Amino acid sequence: MNVLINLFSNYNIVGAFVVNIELTLWSALFSLILGVLLVTMRISPVSSLRAFASGYVELFKNMPLTIIMVFMVLGVFGQLKFQFSNNFDTNFFWLATAGLSLYTAAFVCESLRSGINTVPLGQSEAARSLGLNFVQSASQIILPQAFRGAVAPLGNTFIALLKNSTVAAAASVATESSSLMSTMIEDNANAIIAIFLIFAFGYVILIIPIGLLTTWLSNKLAVRR
Amino acid sequence: MTSLDSTPVENLTKSAAGQETGSPLVELRHVDKYFGDLHVLKDINLSVAKGEVLVIIGPSGSGKSTLCRTINRLESIDSGEILIDGQPLPQEGKKLTKLRAEVGMVFQSFNLFSHKTILDNVTLAPRKVRGTFKADAEKEGLELLSRVGVDTQASKLPVQLSGGQQQRVAIARSLAMHPKVMLFDEPTSALDPEMINEVLDVMVNLAKEGMTMIVVTHEMGFARQAANRVVFMADGEILEEGTPEEFFEHPTSERARDFLGKILTH
Repeated sequence: MNVLINLFSNYNIVGAFVVNIELTLWSALFSLILGVLLVTMRISPVSSLRAFASGYVELFKNMPLTIIMVFMVLGVFGQLKFQFSNNFDTNFFWLATAGLSLYTAAFVCESLRSGINTVPLGQSEAARSLGLNFVQSASQIILPQAFRGAVAPLGNTFIALLKNSTVAAAASVATESSSLMSTMIEDNANAIIAIFLIFAFGYVILIIPIGLLTTWLSNKLAVRR
Repeated sequence: MTSLDSTPVENLTKSAAGQETGSPLVELRHVDKYFGDLHVLKDINLSVAKGEVLVIIGPSGSGKSTLCRTINRLESIDSGEILIDGQPLPQEGKKLTKLRAEVGMVFQSFNLFSHKTILDNVTLAPRKVRGTFKADAEKEGLELLSRVGVDTQASKLPVQLSGGQQQRVAIARSLAMHPKVMLFDEPTSALDPEMINEVLDVMVNLAKEGMTMIVVTHEMGFARQAANRVVFMADGEILEEGTPEEFFEHPTSERARDFLGKILTH
């Protein structure tokens, strides 16, 4: 027990988790926006947009996140000299957020596409026959129903995103939880098991409610046909 | 499921066919369509005058639904020409959406927007496509819903309504756009028998009011009473065309006699 109290008083464990939560929330927002754009392109009548979106999804879905994160720091920041801020910590935080968002958007797009598959073809035919154009039928009819049908896969995508946020360590975000875990293990070799369990359970505690919320929302929002 | 004697129609005057003046409202010229190797529409020539009620009948797989769907380009055609009010059917883009707004369509499976209320289903297109103000669209929407007898259900979701009610809402939804012509693609085929007449009643009233209608149906009672002209299709071809009396009493082709023999024996 003393070990735990010492660990919690010597290290800002809660603060580290807060960094991961921040990374997750920002990336969820940006990947959702990008994912909606991508899935709209994938169902659009313009073949070049469809090709671009499916190329994007295949590329980012099949690329290891670590490589994207390292590229954000060494490539985007190191070589291309692109930076979000002069403050190193802030800069790396947003580089990591950008990497996570680009990566997760591919999965958001795929989740939404599975949602679109739950919308009967007749819905878009009815929309078109009333004179709605593509953007109107996508935004009014198809996407709202697709979102309701995609709650479960979207929830899983965001759970994966929260866990993936620990890969921000590869983008030099030193304040997030897995970086702190490494530091703590280096300093306290006698308490490796305790440190491991703290972080493992930290994520379990964060993620279980998301799973429950997802299941509940999935039932509540399901479109009744 | 033919209902020759239990028709909802009382005294429908068939005057519209006699009023053919000027160019036809819908005209198909030498229309051909293939699904892969299957030749589903073979050199279709057809014209529908303003105010006319045209009923298309025929065995399943004869291409009648496909024909109906080509008229607002839910299906494209491979050759030939379709004219609406003298204008050729546009390919894609703004012109096509504008045209579709003027051609109403009622589907076999209703296709009400599942996530929207009945009233929102009816007001969506006028608001988004025509830019009608919400209050005006809702006022007219409620009027239309009361015309088809489902105004008390306005705030419900489609799934809470019976099939017959849903189809009547679908008709109201099309009417909200003030279409020049309405297409009905087997509007009663997915309905329980006791709900068929409530939908046919609405269609008969529309016909009386002078709406131009192209109806694909198996309801021979409706065809006899409300149609100005009946078209019989089989294997992608129009085999017969005439008034309901001519067609039902004196079918000329063997195929039509066979078809009528099979469906009218019960």
